[in-house]
Amino acid sequence: MKREAISSLLARRTFLRKIGRAATCAGAMVATGALGVTKKAAAKSESKPSRVSFPTKDYDWTKHQWAFGVDATKCIGCLRCVEACKRENDVPGDAHHFRTWVERYVYLEGDKRARVDSHHDPVNIEASGSEREYRFANRYQDAKVEKAFFVPKLCNQCTHPACVQVCPTGATYRTQDGVVLIDQKYCIGCQYCVQACPYGARYFNVRKGVTQKCYWCYHRITKGLQPACVEACPVGARIFGDRNDPQSPISLFIRNNRVQVLRPDTGNAPNVFYVGIDKEVS
Amino acid sequence: MDYLVELAPYTGYVYPNETVIPWTVLIVVYPYLTGLVAGAFTVSSLYHAFGMQRFQPAARLALLTALCFMIFVPLPLLLHLGNPQRAFNTMLTPHWTSAIAVFGFFAGFYVILLMLEIWFMFRPYFVQQAQRSSGLAGRLWHLASLGSYDLSPKAMRYDEKWIFALAVVGIPAAHGLHGYVGFLFGSLKSREWWSSDLMPVVFLFSAVISGVALLIVLYVLSCKVRRLAVDLECLKGLAYVLWGFAMFTLVLEGLEFANVVYKGREGIEMIIEYVTGPLLVPFFILQFSIGALIPLIVLTYMIWRGTTGKALIVGVTVSALLVLFQVWMMRWNVVIGGQEIAKTGKGLLSYQLVLLHREGLLTAVSVAVAPLLLLWAAVRVLPPWEKAATVSP
Repeated sequence: MKREAISSLLARRTFLRKIGRAATCAGAMVATGALGVTKKAAAKSESKPSRVSFPTKDYDWTKHQWAFGVDATKCIGCLRCVEACKRENDVPGDAHHFRTWVERYVYLEGDKRARVDSHHDPVNIEASGSEREYRFANRYQDAKVEKAFFVPKLCNQCTHPACVQVCPTGATYRTQDGVVLIDQKYCIGCQYCVQACPYGARYFNVRKGVTQKCYWCYHRITKGLQPACVEACPVGARIFGDRNDPQSPISLFIRNNRVQVLRPDTGNAPNVFYVGIDKEVS
Repeated sequence: MDYLVELAPYTGYVYPNETVIPWTVLIVVYPYLTGLVAGAFTVSSLYHAFGMQRFQPAARLALLTALCFMIFVPLPLLLHLGNPQRAFNTMLTPHWTSAIAVFGFFAGFYVILLMLEIWFMFRPYFVQQAQRSSGLAGRLWHLASLGSYDLSPKAMRYDEKWIFALAVVGIPAAHGLHGYVGFLFGSLKSREWWSSDLMPVVFLFSAVISGVALLIVLYVLSCKVRRLAVDLECLKGLAYVLWGFAMFTLVLEGLEFANVVYKGREGIEMIIEYVTGPLLVPFFILQFSIGALIPLIVLTYMIWRGTTGKALIVGVTVSALLVLFQVWMMRWNVVIGGQEIAKTGKGLLSYQLVLLHREGLLTAVSVAVAPLLLLWAAVRVLPPWEKAATVSP
């Protein structure tokens, strides 16, 4: 009887000890998990990685300084770049959401100011037949055109981005290699950044409830590829490369041309360099 | 498609992405509500911090009004967010260079401050009710008093000190909260219509007049409902405050507009085209003429002639209603107006207000009316007019 009682007491003690251990383990796991989440969340607003290679194993973002060039004198307004971008980046297929777009500036004879249009212009949509077909209508064929040119536009990945400054959560941030990214899983969708961007580069994706924009095809450039728009351009109007490499196309483009940026007065210090644009382009 | 209702027709050249207006009528309601809070709190502080006895009849109502409106301030923002379930990210990982990042902390602090001040003010009432009632009601009143039943003169003096301190701290808190809203717009360099150093100041002054005006209307209304005579001294005092701040607001807004026009920076042609075109009626006629000048003229006339009695009540109430309308129009003209002038400086957009939409007119009206319903319920639980049962400085 006594022995039985002792053995049952022992069994109970072992059982309780086991439960205790399990509970401690579970508690520790929850605690470290919570700590991990907090740390991860806190890291959102920091742009410096703890590892050397970031964001992928074989790509180190401290080794590159990406930049973009636009030679407006070469652009023919074919809009292959827009189409490539829309497909590559799953951009909403309408005339109101663009990561890159092309503007047409036309001075008719006697005009003091340029007539500007882009793909969202109803005349252009009507000419192409759909918001998903990108084409400039031949609307000036009967007019006397004095001067005309195309200007491709995209996110300037500014050195001092106003959009990053105003983001309340740090969901949008500037990478070490000079690209402004948006964490789609962290953005709250307040659209303050859309307001702050002076270039109209950001749009709000209402289905996902987050802001989106061009990021120079970061998923491609970190693998050694060119951005989709650069690859699609048939005339070489878009130039992309690493400024850390003095022989890269972009370094040569900046070195061999008198380049300018859009709206330097904002202090944003854009990183898309233009050649061949006119005073009215902003 | 959901976003199609937000597409804005335009003239001239606007960026393709601009054709969807980012901030809707809900972002007009948001600064309107914070403004009412700041203004109502100012009135309560005139009595509780500065001891201006004439405001005593409206002071407690002012505090309850501030709380009821403050509780609803985050709602228009949450309704506007693309991912409202992530709203707390702003507090978990605040990105301090953003004006919005401080909102959660500021608003949270201010709500706690208001609740504390109201608790101290109504503590004698809680105790009285707890002692009077039994059963569940009694227990709830006991809970509301937090078991603090000491109503001795010493304890009351202690409470008074707290109320004074909270009223004093509340002034920079309320005005900081609203000044920050002005900064939110004024600090953006992307829009000429917003980018102004005067913006936070203009927002602050218009906030004060909107809150005072709301209180005038609520006070007169509460007297009518309760079939009591309106305290003319109190009303006159509120009218003076309204007059003074309305004058400042008008001058500041005039100066701000003059600054934009006088500096004449890039894109000014479009702004001039806008204010003399689509903004002519909302800006010059509704906001400045009907909303600002008429109440100023009416109030000036009444102060000059020493109007009293029913004429004073009607005159001041009508002026207050017009001021409320003026401030609404000011918020509208800033928030929507700023987005209707394209960033290109070469075109104008036209915001489309729809009735039934997550960010439509019905939602906006509901959010704006909800604080009044809460206040209606609040004054039933905590009657702000029962002098004897509350602490007075």
